Amino acid sequence: MAHRTLSRRRLLQSMLSLAASTAVPALHGDIPEQTPLKRKVPGTDIQLPLVGLGSWITFNVGNDPALLKQCTAVMEAFFAMGGCMIDSSPMYGTSQATIGHGLEALDAVKQVYATDKVWTSSHEEGSKQIEASRRDWGVSRFDLLQVHNLVAWEEHLEMLFAMKEAGEIRHVGITTSHGRRHDTLERIMRDHPLDFVQLTYNIVDREAESRLLPLARERGIGVIANRPFQRKRLIRYLEDKPLPPWAADIDAGGWAQFILKFIVSHPDISCAIPATTRADHVRENMAAAAEPLPDATMRRRMVDYVQNL
Amino acid sequence: MDISEWTSYRPGDLLMFSLRVYERLFVLYNQALWPAQLLALVLGAAILFALLRPTSLRVRLVFVALALAWGFVAWVFLWQRYAPINLGIRYAVPLFVLQALLLALCAMKGAPELQRRWCLSRTIGVGLFLHALVLHPLLAVPFGRGLAGAEVFALTPDPLAIATLGVAVMLRSSWWSWALWLVPALWCLASGLTLYLLDARGASVPLLTVALALVARVWPGGRRHD
Ligand SMILES: NC(=O)c1ccc[n+]([C@@H]2O[C@H](COP(=O)([O-])OP(=O)(O)OC[C@H]3O[C@@H](n4cnc5c(N)ncnc54)[C@H](OP(=O)(O)O)[C@@H]3O)[C@@H](O)[C@H]2O)c1
Repeated sequence: MAHRTLSRRRLLQSMLSLAASTAVPALHGDIPEQTPLKRKVPGTDIQLPLVGLGSWITFNVGNDPALLKQCTAVMEAFFAMGGCMIDSSPMYGTSQATIGHGLEALDAVKQVYATDKVWTSSHEEGSKQIEASRRDWGVSRFDLLQVHNLVAWEEHLEMLFAMKEAGEIRHVGITTSHGRRHDTLERIMRDHPLDFVQLTYNIVDREAESRLLPLARERGIGVIANRPFQRKRLIRYLEDKPLPPWAADIDAGGWAQFILKFIVSHPDISCAIPATTRADHVRENMAAAAEPLPDATMRRRMVDYVQNL
Repeated sequence: MDISEWTSYRPGDLLMFSLRVYERLFVLYNQALWPAQLLALVLGAAILFALLRPTSLRVRLVFVALALAWGFVAWVFLWQRYAPINLGIRYAVPLFVLQALLLALCAMKGAPELQRRWCLSRTIGVGLFLHALVLHPLLAVPFGRGLAGAEVFALTPDPLAIATLGVAVMLRSSWWSWALWLVPALWCLASGLTLYLLDARGASVPLLTVALALVARVWPGGRRHD
């Protein structure tokens, strides 16, 4: 019986995701080795792979040639697996320049959904900072620009909406993390026509489930899940604990995939953006953006299991 | 940012680079500067000699050399190499420049006298300088970086700060001693904290040197006036 329910669910999910990936035009041209599952971002005309790539710490490597090469290899694996969204910020040291280096080396500007942030308390500084970031990336314009950590959000949002209007960026968003300032974020989501919010969501940080995710659905806002592994703390905590045998039912080959599948199976999450220094990890992460994804019952089981470890 | 926001961070969240990148910083720097390390060691040995057999001219030259080293490290290491991966370093650079200016002022004013007779503060001062010159670069080996990642006196901030702490505690003038003590001590505290947050081995070394330099300054009877 359980098996029948699962099959029907899987069939339904496959049909839905197929519908999603055919109904909406693909983001960019090139055909990847693998096709990750995508989800349409509400309120926009795009669909994004369920797993993207973060760059905090991992891509802040200065101009070290060996480490730049390693980061380029991570990006190469990411694009080869059909990856699209890379997230960065002027707060991340040399990460933006590292991404620019990789995009140029891989000739991948057309493949990336370039996601960056504005992070300064000075309104005047904002547009200069965005221009410097754009040069670092080597892109003609950003696909998504977000106000980082709600810093000077009123002024910056006004500027970003004006830039969107002028066609200088495609989408506008705002970010927080570690569960901070959710009340303010909620207010901003209600009052402003955002395309995206970025917040921390994973199997142990689920605060967003109660109000922000339903609100995102109601308002047609895409949600990017940051800190999927709590900057690896979660993986370190779980790695010596047994993966439940039923993880095989969702094809989760390890804890990283278990966590990612939990995150992206929430229907209101557009994508998760794990960061990594390793090409094998990026492959593992991208491979999590695939059927079967857990349904609501399985998701509860996953939470219970992790909570009781 | 209110207090609840700060408490949601963990100490490790405050660092924006990894241990691997930090260690590679020294490896690449050493490669770029080679063989300046040998020159720096010779300079360090000359300074040590001047500290052990101080004359007015020699002490003056010690301060000139240290001032130049603080300026060099501020520009070539901190600003050009470290600041791009650590945004906080931009606030340390002016302090390094201030220290260079203080040392230059010290040299110009005829250099305050050093203690000539052995006492606790002179022993600790010479010990700290010796550590900075010889032991500190060698620590890279047991700490797993290898000599290629060694931190060399006059070229990198930690041994320079430790050496300067050594010289500062040997000064007879209490005012100058404290004035030249402050920035190196702050740097050592910041560096120890950084290494601790990076989970690096040797985080306690810069912290211990500050503790020793403090002992040298405040231990009753630790400073003998000849
Ligand atoms: N306020 C904001 O806007 C905000 C705040 C936080 C984060 N973010 C964004 O969200 C991104 C992700 O968050 P995060 O970087 O803090 O942490 P994270 O993605 O939760 O964790 C990154 C760590 O996970 C490890 N990892 C990745 N894949 C793995 C795998 N398959 N197996 C084992 N370990 C794996 C990586 O180590 P290895 O290198 O060994 O793979 C890395 O150290 C950031 O990079 C940033 O772009 C935004």
